[in-house]
Amino acid sequence: MVNNPLTRNIDMSRGPLDLGGFEAADGYASLHRIVAGLSPADVLGQVKDSGLKGRGGAGFPTGLKWSFVPQGENSPKQKYLVVNADEMEPGTFKDRLLMEGDPHLLIEGMIIAAYAIQATVAYIFLRGEYVGSEKALKKAINEAREKGYLGKNIQGTGFDLEIILHTSAGRYICGEETALLNALEGKRANPRAKPPFPQVSGLWGKPTIVNNVETLCNLPGILRYGIDWYHGLTLGKDHGTKLFGVSGRVNNPGCWELPLGTPIREILEDKAGGMRAGYALKGFLPGGGSTDFMLPEHLDLKFDYEEVGKAGSRLATGTMIVLDDKTCPVGMIGNLMTFFSHESCGFCTPCRDGLPWVDAIFKELESGRGQHKDLEILHEHVDYMGPGRTFCALAPGATAPLGSGLKYFAEDFEQHVSSRDCPYRH
Amino acid sequence: MSAEVIASSKRRGRRLSEAERAEIEHEMTLYPDKQAVGLEALKIVQKHQGWVSDESLLGIAKFLDMPVADLEGVATFFNLVYRQPVGRNVILFCNSVSCWIMDSDKMRAHINDRLGVDFGGTTADNEFTFIPVPCLGDCDNAPVMMVGDNLHRRLNAEEIDKLIEQYRQQQGNN
Repeated sequence: MVNNPLTRNIDMSRGPLDLGGFEAADGYASLHRIVAGLSPADVLGQVKDSGLKGRGGAGFPTGLKWSFVPQGENSPKQKYLVVNADEMEPGTFKDRLLMEGDPHLLIEGMIIAAYAIQATVAYIFLRGEYVGSEKALKKAINEAREKGYLGKNIQGTGFDLEIILHTSAGRYICGEETALLNALEGKRANPRAKPPFPQVSGLWGKPTIVNNVETLCNLPGILRYGIDWYHGLTLGKDHGTKLFGVSGRVNNPGCWELPLGTPIREILEDKAGGMRAGYALKGFLPGGGSTDFMLPEHLDLKFDYEEVGKAGSRLATGTMIVLDDKTCPVGMIGNLMTFFSHESCGFCTPCRDGLPWVDAIFKELESGRGQHKDLEILHEHVDYMGPGRTFCALAPGATAPLGSGLKYFAEDFEQHVSSRDCPYRH
Repeated sequence: MSAEVIASSKRRGRRLSEAERAEIEHEMTLYPDKQAVGLEALKIVQKHQGWVSDESLLGIAKFLDMPVADLEGVATFFNLVYRQPVGRNVILFCNSVSCWIMDSDKMRAHINDRLGVDFGGTTADNEFTFIPVPCLGDCDNAPVMMVGDNLHRRLNAEEIDKLIEQYRQQQGNN
């Protein structure tokens, strides 16, 4: 039985499968089920039952999100599907692999999602730097259109779908779904107030579902092989497989598809080959730059939403960033604060003014000019910029490595102040 | 350019070239309103002109029938839209966390040393503009940078010297 539904067709040494090759590997099977009479409500029901959670970072149940889209005669006729392919979370390199490696899988996933919510137009919001993904997706979209899998009255089902590839031009905030919608409408990418949620009033005020690339790539397998198969993939409580990545000073950094619930130690030691000679593990961010640090004592936890959550962090994108014992934790967190400070959209005060302040303090600490009261200010900002204090999740994301770093690496912070120097000299 | 200058400079708008207009018009078919293609139009003009000058900005705003200030708001929001002239090659250098752990600071210093410019700078011969970019999503190959459409992985000092030489030599082939 297939146990790697996301990456089974990916072989980066030969380039992605074309439509013929993809179909020979069971591709577009879900479309044939739709042609055979599977209704949008059936698709929604199966995705709900699968337990699939969004793979973009928040982990929201996909079927539940779809169910908020108004349906029926009185609902707005135009609905939209938007793919969040704006992968820009620091340390995250998973959606690129899917788009460059198997673009037809994403297109099949998009057809399934669009059919379920009855969207006739779907935009792929792709980050501008991903030129390899752009090329692969363009080719795949054209092939699917020529074959009649996109366009009007697809395969006689009466269902229409156009896929439009939008390439963006930078800015991390575009990954926030309402900021992304503003960007797609040609505006500055400031987040919107919620409610209304995009499912009800999104792109140009129409019901809109925004899903991450990896989330959508889960759908073809669910429809092709069924719920029992999907539930059988996992090693933990959350269902399915997940792309897990490891970067930093490990022997074999990379990205692999593994069951959710795979022990963290297995990913770090077996897949990533453990720490490089001369380096020891000091901590790691489990799912990109906006997650709380975890420690070597957490290595035997299962890598899934629940267990990572119990350890005080988030699975988020599932791509770990490893901190070794010869890299300065203060410098690493400082690098993240510079990033978040640059990427603030500037709309709300805690984020716009708080992050540059925090960033400036880290620069003082690293250059030996930090004082004890600076550490107090950092602690205060974990609260000032935390969840509920800001307009969107950007600054709260920044407080995750900041707050956990201040807690776990307190000695390092103290040492920077007392010795008036960075003891690591990175 | 200040708002005042923009408001008083409507006549300075450049008439977009036929190629630019044709590409922007194609984008218009993909979105329900003209404003939505503002970013696409800026990118199209930048592809043809190398950057987005005040004259281009005014020309695009007129073509899309939208306020110049709105378009400028978009142009200045997105970091890959260049509102200043850039060199023939733009180096987008990842300065995010995974690359930082893998010594990207040393690579940045090396490029600075070789080119004589740091982030935001353009070399005197107009060959290179050197700017930082958030995580390029290639963290298992850190440190990385992009030059044009090309991604360069696992950078070290020798590799950077080779690349700089290679891009210099491509002059005239474009």
